[in-house]
Amino acid sequence: MRASTKPDMSASTKPDMSGSANKNTRRSTVNRLSADNVTLAYDQRVIAEQLSVEIPDNSFTVIVGPNACGKSTLLRALSRMLKPTQGQVLLDGKVIQSMAPKKVARTLGLLPQSSIAPDGITVGDLVGRGRYPHQGILRQWSTEDERVVQESMTQTGVAELAERYVDELSGGQRQRVWIAMALAQQTPLLLLDEPTTYLDIQHQIDVLDLCAELHEEQGRTLVAVLHDLNHAARYATHLIALKEGKIIAEGAPSDIVTAELVEEVFGLRCQVIDDPETGTPLVVPAARKARTEAKVAATEAS
Amino acid sequence: MKTNRAIRTLGGLSVRLDVRAATVVALLLAAALAASVVLIGTGDFPIPAGDVLKTLMGNGNAGQEFIVNELRLPRVCVALLVGAALGLSGALFQAISRNPLGSPDVLGLGQGATAGALTMIVLFSGSSAQITVGALVGGLATGLAIYLLAWKQGVHGYRLVLVGIGVSAVVTAGNGYLLTRSTLTEATQAVVWMTGSLSGRDWAQVWPLLWLCAVLVPLVLANGRGLRMMEMGDDVSNALGVRVERVRMLLLVAAVLLTATATAAAGPISFVALTAPQLARRLTRSPGPNLLPSLVMGAALMVVADWISQKVFGADQLPVGVVTGVLGGVYLLWLLVTERKAGRI
Repeated sequence: MRASTKPDMSASTKPDMSGSANKNTRRSTVNRLSADNVTLAYDQRVIAEQLSVEIPDNSFTVIVGPNACGKSTLLRALSRMLKPTQGQVLLDGKVIQSMAPKKVARTLGLLPQSSIAPDGITVGDLVGRGRYPHQGILRQWSTEDERVVQESMTQTGVAELAERYVDELSGGQRQRVWIAMALAQQTPLLLLDEPTTYLDIQHQIDVLDLCAELHEEQGRTLVAVLHDLNHAARYATHLIALKEGKIIAEGAPSDIVTAELVEEVFGLRCQVIDDPETGTPLVVPAARKARTEAKVAATEAS
Repeated sequence: MKTNRAIRTLGGLSVRLDVRAATVVALLLAAALAASVVLIGTGDFPIPAGDVLKTLMGNGNAGQEFIVNELRLPRVCVALLVGAALGLSGALFQAISRNPLGSPDVLGLGQGATAGALTMIVLFSGSSAQITVGALVGGLATGLAIYLLAWKQGVHGYRLVLVGIGVSAVVTAGNGYLLTRSTLTEATQAVVWMTGSLSGRDWAQVWPLLWLCAVLVPLVLANGRGLRMMEMGDDVSNALGVRVERVRMLLLVAAVLLTATATAAAGPISFVALTAPQLARRLTRSPGPNLLPSLVMGAALMVVADWISQKVFGADQLPVGVVTGVLGGVYLLWLLVTERKAGRI
């Protein structure tokens, strides 16, 4: 299965099959974004301890795992929304918290789960706000800003909505607008926290296609948290499987997604077959009866 | 509707101008100044607007000069500055709490300043200067208490409003207790102060307000772009490179200072801070905190309210706080009804 690893991947992005990637403390020398031995906690509740993650440059990295496994928390740490209690997140070799916020904002964009569209704002205005890190008091709206905003709206297919109010758009359109705003930030790295949540299947695929396009055509590094394992396997070039704050496996989906891994991470018995459309792994949960029988057998054995 | 224009120079400077907002600010400013001239001419000795202007230029006769420059101009200046300070602090509080109810009246800053003033009046029989200082300290202490109680890894909208309402209730109870301890004269003085009045204000009240506004207004406006980003939520604004907690802290301190100083100068004028930002927003029709329009709107509201209170009820018969209270109360009801129709509450 290793044969399908993309040839252009650098050495450090080689899948780590050992299952103990979190103990791997090697320092990043090539990748722009990495977490080095971070402990992540909200107040006193520890989500992850001594976690090390490398985001391969030019990859479309997807983080998957069961609910409350720490995937969104990891993304928040990578985007400096959450300060690790121990360890550090490195961006271009520097500790991310020590960098000027606007400088980080020109390198790393984030599409968070919770964002509020101000009352009565138009699409064009909202996308324009993505230019904030490039602006200053004396440089509020350059021709460059105008061009980039137009470009971002065209790429995401919302250019014709520019004059519309954001509150009147559908969920799918609105998500595209927020992505356009993040694009207007012109960051080589873009982090997305569950960008497909609350969208119906057609818009989910739509948003993921857009991400794949941004990754393939513009060479941006994308990091997304996704709920749907099949979407992750289909779109990711690099997959990170998290459970209880630990990396269980990471690598190309076709290398690491196996029935054993899914059972270990999600506790779900399943088959992994080839996706008839793309050839990527497709997770098919075992039938209910097969699963209950297996459970009974397991309890009898013990 | 696109009203944003960019003005650019060859050197790479560019300024973004919202034409509609700029027009609103200019018109409101003109209205506030015109109302000021009319207000100066209103009173027991009416002076025509032309004479008021002539006197302000320094060409009036001695009698008019005394009335205008010593009696009425300081009062109008206090009205303008108090209105501006309240309008701006209201816009700041509402933007930070992301809630139209998050204004200093509701949060209990007015009550806090009242507590300080009452303490001076009832417990120490203080002079008017001491009452002013008491009100200032009371307002600042209340602001600090709200901030500390609402702090939990940052201050967030709803918690700020709820904590403010709680603090307000406690302080109001304290004020009631102080009033029961007072003598009749003290109680009369206290009640007049508590209603919010502009009568008898002189240059001594103008200068501290003016200096504070001169420092704080530019500081607040310079941070307005960050505040505009914060409308979209903490995560988005953080991601855009805004130092969210620092900007919020700075602007909250500025808003508390503005409210406390305004209250110390004129008493707890109700509802100006609540209504000015909402009215300004409806005129500019632009998202964002609308800081400058709210400031000018506050000043205009205050001068007009004072003119109404003098015109309708005669000079010094009715404290201006009653007029703003009535106007603002009606406005608040209207706001609640329309918001309910829009399905937002």
